[in-house]
This record gives sequence, C-alpha cells and structure tokens, in this order.
Amino acid sequence: MRLPIDPEVRERVERLELPWNEFGIDPYGVSKEALAANYTLARFFYRHYFSVDAYGLEHVPKKGRVMLVGNHSGGVALDGAMVYASMFFDMDPPRLAQGMAEKFINTIPFASKMATRVGQLTGLPQHAERLLSEERMLVVFPEGAKGTMKLYKDRYSLVNFGQGFMRLAQKMKTPIVPFAFMGGGDAVPTIANSVTLGKMLGMPYIPITPWLVTLPLPVKLEVYYSEPMFFEGTGTEEDEIVMANVEKVKARIASLIEVGYKRRRGEP
Amino acid sequence: MKVLVPGISGRLGRMLAERLVEGGHDVIGIDRRPMPDPPAGVELHELDIRKRAAEDVFRRVRPNAVIHMATVTHLVVQSEDRYRINLGGTRAVFEHSAAYGVEHVTFVGRHTYYGAAADAPLFHVEDEPPMGLSSFPQLADLVAADLYAGSALWRYSSFVTSVLRMVYTLGPTGHGTLATFLRGARVPTLLGYDPLFQFMHEQDVVTALVTTLEARPRGVFNVAGPNPVPLSVIIKETDRTNVPLPGPMLRAALGRFGLPKLPRGALDHIRYPIIVDDSPFRKTTGFQHAIDEKTAMHAFRDAFPRPVM
Repeated sequence: MRLPIDPEVRERVERLELPWNEFGIDPYGVSKEALAANYTLARFFYRHYFSVDAYGLEHVPKKGRVMLVGNHSGGVALDGAMVYASMFFDMDPPRLAQGMAEKFINTIPFASKMATRVGQLTGLPQHAERLLSEERMLVVFPEGAKGTMKLYKDRYSLVNFGQGFMRLAQKMKTPIVPFAFMGGGDAVPTIANSVTLGKMLGMPYIPITPWLVTLPLPVKLEVYYSEPMFFEGTGTEEDEIVMANVEKVKARIASLIEVGYKRRRGEP
Repeated sequence: MKVLVPGISGRLGRMLAERLVEGGHDVIGIDRRPMPDPPAGVELHELDIRKRAAEDVFRRVRPNAVIHMATVTHLVVQSEDRYRINLGGTRAVFEHSAAYGVEHVTFVGRHTYYGAAADAPLFHVEDEPPMGLSSFPQLADLVAADLYAGSALWRYSSFVTSVLRMVYTLGPTGHGTLATFLRGARVPTLLGYDPLFQFMHEQDVVTALVTTLEARPRGVFNVAGPNPVPLSVIIKETDRTNVPLPGPMLRAALGRFGLPKLPRGALDHIRYPIIVDDSPFRKTTGFQHAIDEKTAMHAFRDAFPRPVM
C-alpha cells in the first residue's frame, strides 16, 4: 500500500538541489520517492500534530555546507525528524538536512533501507566529511545517545558535548548554526529508560513513559536557530582549544533554550 | 608495446585482447583454459601461469607490460585450489615480471576486497583495510592476492605496479558475479534491505584497463563507472522478479526453486552496499566511463532476456 503523496511535498522534493540520476536516486541512495513519502508523513506531524514553530530561519544558509548543531529533546528521534522537516518545509528553496544515524539502525531490516533512502547515513566521520565536502547540510546532536536518554525532569538541561563535531567543522571549514529544540521532553516524558527491553528489540534502550508505551503526546514543539558560528583551525588542535570552542556552542544553545523556556511559560 | 595477458580466455580477457590488437599492440595470452577462435594477431599459450613453461614465455617474449587477469572467484572454483591459483599465480606473475624486464604490471582485483558490513562507510577509499573476511572467508584468497600485489609496490622497483579494485561488471556477455546473480528469472533479496550496487559496462572495464596501460599509474586504485543503483532497480530494469525473503528463509532457499546458490557470507553483499570512491583513478589516468547505468542494465537484459520458467 502506498501513501498518497502530498502535492506540496512533491513540488518541494523536485526543488531539492541534489545530483539525482534518471531513477530519482542520488549517489548515496537517497530517493525522491522515499523522500516524498517520508515528508508527506512528516508534514502531518510538523504542521498539525506538533504544529512546530521554527524561529530564526533567516540564520540558516540557503546554500553550501553547514552543520546544524543542537540539543536532544525527547526520548525518540522526534527532534531530528522535526528539524529535518523545518528545513524541508520552511526553507526556500527547501534543503535536505542529513543526520548521522545510530549504527544499530543499519542492522534492522526496513529501518536500514528507509534511513538510507531519506538521507540518514550511518554515523561515521567519513560520511560526515563527504557530505560536507559536497556542500550538503548536516544535523548533529553532540550530546549523543546520553542526550536522548534525558529524563523528564532534565528536559531543559544539556549533558556533555562530544568534540567530534567541532573538529569536523574546523577541518571542513564549515559554519555551525546552533539550534535549540523545545518541547520534545513534554511530548515524550521519559520516566525511565529500559536497556533490557531495548536489547530484546535490538536497540540500545527503550524510553518508558507514564503510560508505558513511547507514543509522543501532541504538544507544541519549537525550534530556535541562531546566527552561524565560524571556528578557525584544522581540527587537529589540542583538546583544550577544541573544548573551549565546543563550550561556546554549548553556551549559545543553552541561551537559546533559556529564551525558549521563557516563551513556553509565557514570560516576556 | 608487447602486452602479456594471463587469464586471457575469460570473456573480459578476450575483449581486452581485441581492443589491444586494435590499438596496435602485440598481445600474448596465457591461460590454462582453451580459447576457441582467438582474436587475430594474438599469440596464445595454453598453460598454467604457475608452471615452468609460463616462465619460458616471459623469457622469450620479454613483454613490456603485463595485465594479470588470472584470478578466480568462489563462483568459479569452489575448493582449496582457488588459493593456489590466485596466490601462486599472482606470485609467479610478479616474479617473472621482475626477472624478465617488464616495465608495468597491472593486477585486476575486485572491490569486494572491502567487504560489506552495517558499519562500513559508503564510498571506500584505497587505504582502508579489508573488513569483510570474518563474515565471508571465501574472499580471503582474493584479498590476499590484492595485498600481495600491493606489496610489489615496495618489493619491486624495476617496474610500475597498478593494483585495480574494480566494481561489478554488467553487460551483454553476462560475465561476472553480479550478472551470474541476475541470471535467473527470480532474484532473491533480503526482506527489508535494498543495498546500492556499483557496476560498470564491460566495454568500460576494458577501457579502464587500456587507460591503465597507457597512463601507468603507480599505486592502488578503485575503478568504477556510473553512480551506484539500488539492487531493486537493477532487478526491475533487467526484467527480473524481485523475491524478498527474510534472512533465515533465504539461507534455506538458496540453490533451490531456481534461485542462485550463494555462500553464507555473500548474503552480507545483498544486505549492505560495497561502494567505492574512484576519484583518484579518474584524476590520475583521466579515465571516463562511456556507458551509463541504464544502458548497461538494458544491455544485459537484451542479451539475457528473462528465462521462461
């Protein structure tokens, strides 16, 4: 059974600037058909279910290599999916945001295929460098899996950032657009994470919510993008230098979260 | 130029010989298989490259260049003998080349060297180690031959060595691993997986070999043609039926119901892609493929229409 493709999505897929072959497939295996189906589904969640608001889109470059770097919010990959959707629906022309999928995804039938077809490659430094060298858009969550495991009470905090993204940005001379993703913790209020259950299903863990299953609630989600940050260097610098840069990005994201938090609570 | 081609009797060997003769080269072929109706102008020796008589050919002919195509896959020889053919033959080619004044040796290897795995990068580069051996031991001899050929780069300074890792071949001769896999009316795939496949038309394979002969690039190079295509598209475009089966069921069904026979490890090759970055080869030699993916698939389909069951 095929999902009927939304005409707006179809038109936007056609406007993506990617090197398609005759079969509508790019050299990485991203497919127009799969993107159309995926974003038709994402459209419902982006426009209606979560009615996501994106602020600061003017800071996102319309062309060329860029890394969107932000916080994890919500125990499932909601944050990533909605950031990709905001690039697809609210940028003009639309941009395909590509994330780095957890390695376990590739071992699961269907998930492996779907991830590739919509541009989510396995999280390897080689992939990241290659995509940036081809002037594509990369989405990075430097908190890693620890970030998705945040509990409800910690939903507006940040855990430690890795430094891989910074070394990558410096090496590839790529601007970083920091963003804050708000509300994922309200949509999926995690009270615990079950590693045992996850193992049984071939995943690192399963988030447990008060109603047990991990279905997200229809709460309003927001993304705040801020001005691009540039960092000089080659990516081979000492840890202290790289970590100092990482802290600057982290501080920017923390301040965006602050703004978003106030707005969510109706404060000025 | 005098060009010696061990493994000339294969389909690619014959096409290469024809192209070399056209280009005005003297072609000398060695193969243990007979070559019925060899192209005009080819001097043919029906013997084993590992035997004394092969050395005599090197001594007498004194070739300027050698293009070594005498390696076999598990699809052709399914025994321990494969190790001896691939490794012993490759060793003989390099030793004789050093002894008899050859200027350039090309080793024709395969891109399956890199192996297929869940955590392998798309677009392998030449300096990566082979990672697929634990899951697919049938590749060990070809990987070892590839590495051995690479060691000639420091072992022998008297000639230039080019080690080529070529992607799958697809075209009207129906030669090669991918073409063999697609031969039947039904092609088994793994349910929930649809890896990218990289292939090039056999005429482009020959062009790449001739380009290597002319440019004499020193080093190890990935060689590819058009952009990769998902397996499902290849099956559709060659007018076959895709039979997606869950892993355990597929393992049990292989070799039956008109499905091709595959070793266990080969399943990883229809689960995960093996894609190479061929930009260094193109940059160094100026090679460009002439035949796109659609034409190659249709050429195979027209030469091997879907068998009537």
